[in-house]
Amino acid sequence: MAQGSTIGRVAPTVAARRTSALPEMVKDAALFALVTLGLAIPVVAYRTDLGQGTGLELTGRWGLVAGLCAAVFVLRLAQRLVLGEVSRRRDIRTLAEADSKAPARLARPGRIIGPLTLGIALTLPLLAAFGSGSLSEGRYWIDLGILILTYVMLGWGLNIVVGLAGLLDLGYVAFYAVGAYSYALLSTVFGLSFWICLPLAGLFAAAFGVLLGFPVLRLRGDYLAIVTLAFGEIIRLVLINWVDFSGGSAGLSSIPRASFFGIPFTAGEGGFASTFGLTFNPMHRVVFLYYLILVLALITNLVTLRMRRLPLGRAWEALREDEIACRSLGIDTTMTKLTAFALGAMFAGFAGSFFAVRQGFVSPESFNFLESAIILAIVVLGGMGSQLGVAVAAIAMVGAPELLRNLGFLKAVFGEGFDPNEYRLLLFGLAMVAMMVWRPRGLISERTPSVRLGARAR
Amino acid sequence: MSVAGINVLVDETRARMAEADKPLLSVRGVSAYYGSIRALKAVDIDVNEGEIVALIGANGAGKSTLMMTIFGQPQAREGTITFAGQDITRLPTHEIARLNLAQSPEGRRIFSRMTVRENLQMGAAVNGGKHFAEDLERMCVLFPRLKERIDQRGGTMSGGEQQMLAIARALMSRPRLLMLDEPSLGLAPLVVKQIFSTVRELNRTEGLTVFIVEQNAYHALKLAHRGYVMVTGAVTMSGTGQALLDDPQVKAAYLEGGQH
Repeated sequence: MAQGSTIGRVAPTVAARRTSALPEMVKDAALFALVTLGLAIPVVAYRTDLGQGTGLELTGRWGLVAGLCAAVFVLRLAQRLVLGEVSRRRDIRTLAEADSKAPARLARPGRIIGPLTLGIALTLPLLAAFGSGSLSEGRYWIDLGILILTYVMLGWGLNIVVGLAGLLDLGYVAFYAVGAYSYALLSTVFGLSFWICLPLAGLFAAAFGVLLGFPVLRLRGDYLAIVTLAFGEIIRLVLINWVDFSGGSAGLSSIPRASFFGIPFTAGEGGFASTFGLTFNPMHRVVFLYYLILVLALITNLVTLRMRRLPLGRAWEALREDEIACRSLGIDTTMTKLTAFALGAMFAGFAGSFFAVRQGFVSPESFNFLESAIILAIVVLGGMGSQLGVAVAAIAMVGAPELLRNLGFLKAVFGEGFDPNEYRLLLFGLAMVAMMVWRPRGLISERTPSVRLGARAR
Repeated sequence: MSVAGINVLVDETRARMAEADKPLLSVRGVSAYYGSIRALKAVDIDVNEGEIVALIGANGAGKSTLMMTIFGQPQAREGTITFAGQDITRLPTHEIARLNLAQSPEGRRIFSRMTVRENLQMGAAVNGGKHFAEDLERMCVLFPRLKERIDQRGGTMSGGEQQMLAIARALMSRPRLLMLDEPSLGLAPLVVKQIFSTVRELNRTEGLTVFIVEQNAYHALKLAHRGYVMVTGAVTMSGTGQALLDDPQVKAAYLEGGQH
């Protein structure tokens, strides 16, 4: 079937598509409607209700089925008419541009969105406080900011492994877990402070990264993905079953809270507020946590950007493109892969210990496969290797579901029983499909060269 | 590259040639296997310092396999490979590359999402980018097309430009031996001529040793001082480039009509 949105950029295809006439589109849309009918009959057409007696009663819903089919027909037709036109124009333009100079357009989206995002991130507590009247009432926004930034940091960390080095890692959350449990155990058992545990957690996670790296060095693509997936599950299962060590599925609680470099956030004498002559406000701790994760995330970003300019970082990118060519240029691919795994894992470890100190409680529940999938989705949606793309994708992936909570007004439209939250995954899926259709290579798919004319290679 | 630099290179080359009569690269009785299939059958090949040596043969004769075997991928199961007096038969690929043996692989294998400059930086990785600026300048003189496209992504260039990039990338490591695998593959005759004349120029002015694997027998043998002919994994003939060009058997098998 000739889709209106294929990626093929071949001249004959463009010419052929121009001639695709209305009857053909109607036929195509009818076919879609037919498929919908087929799908709807077993799923939608009958509803089972509790009857008068003990049995179930079937209620026919043929009107709904007809409505669905009609909707699909109309939407598909509209898609072919509108989208087909758009993508044809884009194809022609792409063909024309293929030979012209591409680098002029590189990195353009970063020029505005990047600083804007950073500016909002830096001033978010202020914005939240002013926006909602007081700091305490802005807590929701700051908490959301912390959540998003955690995922931004995890995304940037995974970006080193997946985006730069091209090693598909489905078990990234394992390193996050290692970091979280490192802090939880070190602080509860040995009474070490957060600032000592943070680098240790990173170190442990990096060690696990190398540990995972060794057996998978020879694997690529699908095989690598499966092994890393298994690794993530192994870590989780160990945490669940080794009760003496990790507290099992009950997790570890009463983990010491973060302090301001040794000064606790308490109301009494010697607390943060009294030391700095402020009135006590529990929000101080939240704001501190917010800036802590912001700094951690920015460090991740800076290190990644710096690494890309160094020979090692370039070797990662080269490795993603062609391993054999790398080796024949004298690059030790073993070391290159291991460092990518280790560095990516280290940042997950940092993020993990931040997670533990913020929650004050860790359990294996927080580190299931879905987390890995979300982080990976952030990297892929962002456009593999793009730092800004990852940040934007994290905001979209983590922030958008939160938006759904605020759509209460839709109840007026769809009736009292409507809960927008239930449609979360549906919308999520739709967004993914839309992404694949319009931006198959991620939100920001352009790769910024690490060196350019004018900018001296440092 | 300055004239003085070239002179230093030439002097070094002469000094090395004087100190040892042994070939720079020597392949002795090498056999390689893909699984149980014997792709190379006791191959003997020598490349002397300052020479251009061509290896010609039909599709699937094992030419590229030999080149990859010299680079340790696959490793030779029998025989020895010596480079500059050192046995490299069992070394991993990246360590062989660090001995200043550079390769422009079959199918070019440039990093297509990276810019020309970044590709060249990867080529200079072996010696830590020590002479990067100087060598970059030199490549821009050798291949003016690359200079024009220095900040363009490798994958957006034409085949000929990509081939130039692959060779330039290999040259960035200042190799003692440059190995070229099918540099003419899929290129227009004019571009092939251009690339081959650049290689000849490099050999003449800098004494660069070149080992070239080609299907395009006419051009390769014209370029080479010596040549080898490979048939189904074994070397069947060897001689000077001109002698092989004149050989009736070679003519019949690889040079139908004498021109390409």
